[in-house]
Amino acid sequence: MIVQALAFYLFAGIVLASGVMVISSKNPVHSVLFLILAFFNAAGLFVLLGAEFLAMLLVVVYVGAVAVLFLFVVMMLDINFVELRQGFLQYLPIGGLVGLILLIEVLAIVGAWHFAPEAAKAIQVAAPAVGSEITNTQALGLVLYTDYVYVFQAAGLILLVAMVGAIVLTHRRRPGVLSQRVPDQIARRAEESAKTVKVPTGGGI
Amino acid sequence: MVELWDVYIWPAAWIVIKILAIVVPLLVAVAYLTYAERKIIAMMHRRKGPNVVGPFGLLQPFADGLKLFLKETIIPTGANRGVFIIAPCLTFTLAMVAWAVIPFGEGMVLSDINVGLLYLMAISSLGVYGILMAGWASNSIYAFLGGLREAAQMVSYELAMGFIMVCVLLMAGSMNLTDIVMAQKDMWYVLPLFPLAVIFLICILAETARHPFDLPEGEAELVTGYNVEYSSMAFALFFLGEYANMIVMSGMLTTLFLGGWLPIMDVAPLNMIPGPVWFALKTSFVLFFFLWVRATFPRYRYDQVMRLGWKVFLPVTLAAVIIISGVLVATGNAPTIG
Repeated sequence: MIVQALAFYLFAGIVLASGVMVISSKNPVHSVLFLILAFFNAAGLFVLLGAEFLAMLLVVVYVGAVAVLFLFVVMMLDINFVELRQGFLQYLPIGGLVGLILLIEVLAIVGAWHFAPEAAKAIQVAAPAVGSEITNTQALGLVLYTDYVYVFQAAGLILLVAMVGAIVLTHRRRPGVLSQRVPDQIARRAEESAKTVKVPTGGGI
Repeated sequence: MVELWDVYIWPAAWIVIKILAIVVPLLVAVAYLTYAERKIIAMMHRRKGPNVVGPFGLLQPFADGLKLFLKETIIPTGANRGVFIIAPCLTFTLAMVAWAVIPFGEGMVLSDINVGLLYLMAISSLGVYGILMAGWASNSIYAFLGGLREAAQMVSYELAMGFIMVCVLLMAGSMNLTDIVMAQKDMWYVLPLFPLAVIFLICILAETARHPFDLPEGEAELVTGYNVEYSSMAFALFFLGEYANMIVMSGMLTTLFLGGWLPIMDVAPLNMIPGPVWFALKTSFVLFFFLWVRATFPRYRYDQVMRLGWKVFLPVTLAAVIIISGVLVATGNAPTIG
């Protein structure tokens, strides 16, 4: 057990430290890199919980795809650091308010856990015990596609709408931009694109 | 005190020994892969290739390694030092940790976890960071363009790879790589899933940024892309990482489609050869393909690389997931729980 405890404090410590670095580091690219470190260590915490499927999914989806796009955008932005620091105080009240609300919510959850343990049990019903016959991938599948199928479909629908929206917003046909059309290229025949001309000597065409 | 030794120290030492038993042969394999690449391409070009250092030039990789080791490490003044140094280490480490779940033989695997396939997926998706970080931290426009190209390319081809992995796990009914290999006992998945195996092969070429998809390096336009500012051991780590990644990806293809450590046929002389030898042979075959492609094809144009990933492979593999699951359910071969 002592190894698990050490691993927990290691992962949790890195998550917290890199979380602090995300908001405090001056260079936005460093912020994103620390965010990635935080995601990765949160995946480690999931493994300690016995939720290895969620851990891997966190790495594949958040670290492997979402954070890459973050990094992409942040790296390509030309950021004025002085201007950035001037804006800090301006946004402090709103940021502080959001932080306060999150803190109260976390306290409410922890409080419920502490004072009403039966509420915590209700959350755990779906999860199989560590080391049982059903792996947690199968356990997730069993509840996701049966009890929660409508919620699952709704989530898929929201993502579809977001995807269609993004495509509609960015994909417009601009005049004067050449693009490759493979079917046109394949459909092209020698007869319609070349002709033989008899050129008289010294005459040219 | 005895308990401390039995419970903590010996198991830890045993794991370290196992890790070394994987990593040391792997590094030797990486060294000789570079030799094999030069020699095979030389044969295809009807040249001699390295033939001076040692018999048949066999000591050439070590001479190269020593040369890189003795060179001066140069960090550009404009570079972001921390990120610049972490990037090659990250690339190299990620190429090594992927081996933790790949089975070399019956029970010969460092960590037999039940989400092995997802682990491989996760590690290969992390590979992009080393290159993106190197490109940005170098503070050079060539390196940055190379890094961006690599990132876009890897993200695009990962989707198709993911769907192909879903097809394999539908057939095997498990994400554990040992189970996937054992499920191929009667028939390697390369036969029923032949088109997907071919797409997977092309995807791993794109994932490792090898020819004909080596646009992130494109020496004609980007010098050598993301690693242009690197020298000495930092460059060597990128180089080793790239080749180790090729071996990981070939090992992955072997495990998923070519029956891992299983012999070609379960008959007398063939099944007496130990599993790791079969695994090495099959992986070498896939690696030969990497080199063969490099000597054969010209480089793709970048928009064509993107088109192939998003408009060809993604729809085809997505359709394959639906068709294969449909066929499995219709024939009653769908995996069951337990």
